[in-house]
Amino acid sequence: MAEVTLHNITKRFGATTALDGVSMTVPDGSFVVLLGPTGAGKTTTLRLISGLDRPESGEIAIGGRPVADLTPAQRNVAMVFQQYSLYPHMTVRENLAFPLKSPILRTPADEIDRRIGRVAEMLQISHKLDNKATALSGGEMQRVSIGRALVRDPQVFLMDEPLSSLDAKLRSDLRVELKSIQQEARATFLYVTHDQVEAMTMASHVGVLEKGRLVQFGTPREVYEDPVSIHAAGRLGLPRINIVPADLFGPAPEGVEWIGLRPEQIRQGEGPQAEVVRVEHLGDQTRLHLSFRNHDLVTVTDAHTELRAGQMLSIRPENPFYFDASGARTHRGR
Amino acid sequence: MSDFSVTAASRPQKWIAGILVIGYALITILPLLWIIATGFKSPSDAIAYPPKIVFEPTLEGYVNLFTTRTRQTAEFLAENPPQTWYEAIVAKYDMTIVGPSRFGERFMNSVIIGFGSTFLSVFLGTLAAYAFSRFRIPLKDDLMFFILSTRMMPPIAVAIPIFLMFRSLGLSDTHAGMIMLYTAVNLSLSVWLLKGFIDEIPREYEEAALIDGYTRFQAFTKVVLPQAATGIASTAIFCLIFAWNEYAFAVLLTSGTAQTAPPFIPTIIGVGGQDWPAVAAGATIFLLPVVVFTILLRKHLLRGITFGAVRK
Ligand SMILES: Nc1ncnc2c1ncn2[C@@H]1O[C@H](COP(=O)(O)OP(=O)(O)O)[C@@H](O)[C@H]1O
Ligand SMILES: [Mg+2]
Repeated sequence: MAEVTLHNITKRFGATTALDGVSMTVPDGSFVVLLGPTGAGKTTTLRLISGLDRPESGEIAIGGRPVADLTPAQRNVAMVFQQYSLYPHMTVRENLAFPLKSPILRTPADEIDRRIGRVAEMLQISHKLDNKATALSGGEMQRVSIGRALVRDPQVFLMDEPLSSLDAKLRSDLRVELKSIQQEARATFLYVTHDQVEAMTMASHVGVLEKGRLVQFGTPREVYEDPVSIHAAGRLGLPRINIVPADLFGPAPEGVEWIGLRPEQIRQGEGPQAEVVRVEHLGDQTRLHLSFRNHDLVTVTDAHTELRAGQMLSIRPENPFYFDASGARTHRGR
Repeated sequence: MSDFSVTAASRPQKWIAGILVIGYALITILPLLWIIATGFKSPSDAIAYPPKIVFEPTLEGYVNLFTTRTRQTAEFLAENPPQTWYEAIVAKYDMTIVGPSRFGERFMNSVIIGFGSTFLSVFLGTLAAYAFSRFRIPLKDDLMFFILSTRMMPPIAVAIPIFLMFRSLGLSDTHAGMIMLYTAVNLSLSVWLLKGFIDEIPREYEEAALIDGYTRFQAFTKVVLPQAATGIASTAIFCLIFAWNEYAFAVLLTSGTAQTAPPFIPTIIGVGGQDWPAVAAGATIFLLPVVVFTILLRKHLLRGITFGAVRK
């Protein structure tokens, strides 16, 4: 396993700049999650590291070694693609064996069987090993493409939304599996997801991409508790952070245009009255949809709350995030 | 993803469709049946009018096709009675067999030139189509148009320059010359058809193979080729059918060593004029390789004939 560093990477496709001066270090043995909306450059980042695309400028190093002159095969990275890409003319077993049989690895047959057996069991596809890849359901295909990466011992695992098309149960099983593989093997993961829970539970570091720029990089807790912008704040946290005009609750500091309120930054039972619009009981918690001076707010409350739609609830902001007109955070580290 | 019938056909609709298809098949297959039947007729039955539908089958046509014969006196025939069934057939016409005909050689020439040029067209076509499909090539669209433009007139329109070129290059009446010529004619079709098929194969498969530790060439052979099998098979059939049936250039450029079957068959002369059963027998045998080749690849052809429009 190895550290991956990106230094000032820029990648353009014609007129679009997919990545704009991105520098990042994926430490050896870390689990880095990339967050960002569609088009932010997450897939591009993985493709540049794997060698499928080349940057216009900047340097990439894997394990301290610059990789500009290396082919994807020589870089020894494993990648799970966003669109699953199983070889349709092969069985599941042949798909899983394919990387092991490559001229670079030339794994002996008994070792191939052992690794395939282990990965298939973990991904719950043992009974499908002799099926044609095209005879699988979408979720099974995605598991096989994860398996095709996990049979190897690459320098780094690159995974592009690998769990996105699985059902909830499998997704949470595999989340735990992937994380424990990563910890046991001390493997380096660079992982793209839209899923907050995946990001919070699996990541040792989170990188937030916005329009080709890496706007924040840190532990999930740092990004959650100390976001640099409205955009970064919106990437983590469920329900999503509420962004309202700065003067909604009264005068705001100079230059502050917006305030951000996560549920725990809304103190209940004090302050002005908000109307309860909807109450969602989720079992372990209850979500409240509030209306306050024509602005919608979402927060959480006690699982067994007596509140009903139509009732009033007094709320007050507590240590909110302040943002300027451009969405950048101000008054950090208060 | 193959379901494009909006509603299922009703019973009578199926019957009408079935009758139409069978009727059309019968009409198109009739000349073929005629040729096959004529091959088994005697020369007099072959030219009888009205045509005989019921006749006594004989292998005369096939014997005449494969042999050269000479007329003998009655005494000679009495002294040397026929030893085999085919000598007996010939003896009925007061003749004996003096050797094989040229048909076997001509047929082999057709096989060598037809399959050789098909292999080359498909081989070169696949490589070119892959490059056009996957790589950034300067003036790609112009090159593709140029390749297509070689088929914008009938190939025979350039017969005279080709004839002169072949003569000065010493390619006239050689296998290599005919293979090159048919390959050149087929290549544009082959590149265009195959590019369509390869465009349909998502790049992700090759990219996955690159990351799985293979070189681009290995990714091409292990991942792209198996998936292009359908396109390659149907392209091969189109190329073979052209090269196999080509008549005009074969007449013009071959006469001996490299002569193919199409210019040879009509020249089969029997006693007192054209030997129609022998000609028909030659045509029947000539048909076989393409029919067999097509049947062997028909599974691929059925999907391929849609030119890659239908994704599985
Ligand atoms: N092959 C390509 N050709 C042209 N533009 C591309 C290509 N790949 C990505 N882009 C553009 O680069 C930007 C980043 O894309 P991508 O990395 O796929 O984003 P993400 O994975 O975060 O959704 C987008 O604007 C996208 O349209
Ligand atoms: Mg993407």
